[in-house]
Amino acid sequence: MAKELWKGNEAIAEAAIRAGCDCFFGYPITPQSEVPEYMSVHLPKAGGVFVQSESEIAAINMVYGAGGSGKRAMTSSSSPGISLKQEGITYLAGAEVPAVIVNCMRGGPGLGTIQPGQGDYYQATRGGGNGDYRTVVLAPSNVQEAVDFVQEAFDIADEYRNPVMVVMDGLIGQMMEPIEWKEYKRRASTEKPWAAGGKFGRDHTNIINSLYIEPEACDIHNQHLTVKFNLMAEKEVRYETVNCEDAEIIITSYGTPARIALSAMEVLAAEGIKVGLFRPITLWPFPEKALHDLAGKDHVKHILDIELSSTGQMIDDVRLAVEGQKPISYLGRAGGMMPSVEEMVDAVYKALGKEVK
Amino acid sequence: MKKEIIISGFGGQGVMSIGKNLVEAGMEEKFFVTWAPSYGPEMRGGTANCHVGISSDPIGAPMFTHPTELIAMNAPSIEKFGYKVRSGGSVFINSSVVKEQFLREDVSVYYVPCEDIAAELGNLKVANMVMLGAYIGATKALQVETVEKMIHEMFTGPKAKLIPLNLAALQRGLDAVQ
Repeated sequence: MAKELWKGNEAIAEAAIRAGCDCFFGYPITPQSEVPEYMSVHLPKAGGVFVQSESEIAAINMVYGAGGSGKRAMTSSSSPGISLKQEGITYLAGAEVPAVIVNCMRGGPGLGTIQPGQGDYYQATRGGGNGDYRTVVLAPSNVQEAVDFVQEAFDIADEYRNPVMVVMDGLIGQMMEPIEWKEYKRRASTEKPWAAGGKFGRDHTNIINSLYIEPEACDIHNQHLTVKFNLMAEKEVRYETVNCEDAEIIITSYGTPARIALSAMEVLAAEGIKVGLFRPITLWPFPEKALHDLAGKDHVKHILDIELSSTGQMIDDVRLAVEGQKPISYLGRAGGMMPSVEEMVDAVYKALGKEVK
Repeated sequence: MKKEIIISGFGGQGVMSIGKNLVEAGMEEKFFVTWAPSYGPEMRGGTANCHVGISSDPIGAPMFTHPTELIAMNAPSIEKFGYKVRSGGSVFINSSVVKEQFLREDVSVYYVPCEDIAAELGNLKVANMVMLGAYIGATKALQVETVEKMIHEMFTGPKAKLIPLNLAALQRGLDAVQ
């Protein structure tokens, strides 16, 4: 199929419509506002429902209601707005309601900046709201992946009856790239016998609920959810490796910095440095075993983690996976600043204890 | 082929659309392309820019610290990016707005009076198309025919009457760097 030029945010909105998104509830915030803007025009035309809510909290609760009735529901926002949605996300997880939540991340903390960031890694991968829960977190590195992952996010959400997050830094939402509209095929049956969308002759009432007031019942519910989270952890892990076969140093990175790393790797390869990229595609479940095994190889001398974060967040998962087998360094920028190709090249030389050219 | 271009100027000078035209033409010629805009407060008044990648190979970084080419539609763009252009690269200056010479000898500098030419053609809005013509003419990065075809596809219906004007602007840009 011919390639078309699409802006990231508009592409994911169109992708969601093509994946059968029935309802979108959102509230504007830079750098994701093109998602609700596009949805407001095109989703009603496709027979869906678009509501610009009065707040982010209202939007996520509308998703809760629509998802609970069996509809494919979605919301999107950017970092401070996603913080507001956390209460709704934990309710979705607790009540086992599928939904797709896109975070087009900007710099923080607080209102931070409207420029790209990755400081919401902890929030996305550790649940974010209260209680014991996980969401599958997909992290695209280009517009094509953003499109593909948003579509698949609906299927993963339905399959596990759990919210799924797609997190991308603001640049992927704002940039344009050629994409291909692949034929969208649903993963599995989308029957939802649990949904509270009208009885239609059913002999029992479906209830969407996250309250288990009896300790025993709540414990059993948590055990049930844990089985599900373990299944996701087993089945949904995704990552990409580039030139890792004989690399002496491995860069771990996701989203936009991972593609900047590809440019840095070209420079380094020309200078005779063997450098590989390990790119987690699912931030949760983190590709722990794959990274552990790679770090254990004799040719790998060092790991360099690169994020759009000042403190480093994914680096904790990198440490857990590497388990001290090899030294780990960090390069991070925040506030919307991007680590440049040159900074990455220097960081690699420094990590290897070589003189910076 | 690997072009890493920064296009910069005041909001309203068509900076973003020069970039979009370049990526659309690049895509038409089967190159890998990226278009990354600045989307900060500068879009609401100050100097805006976009980074355009056109390459025979997949593109990693979509934003460039050291571009191969700079298209500067105003003076602040020269200040911000002029000295970051790679040695051996090119700098295109809109000399209708920028009156100073750019004194760097390790890059090719092209002065294109975009607004003056556009005014001669009777419509200031085609100043950006003049610059696009100059860029294509000097770098030969893309085929003139591709851009001409694109112009035909861009203006349809009631806007079709703008095709000759845009083609003329493109040609004047090409002529300006001959």
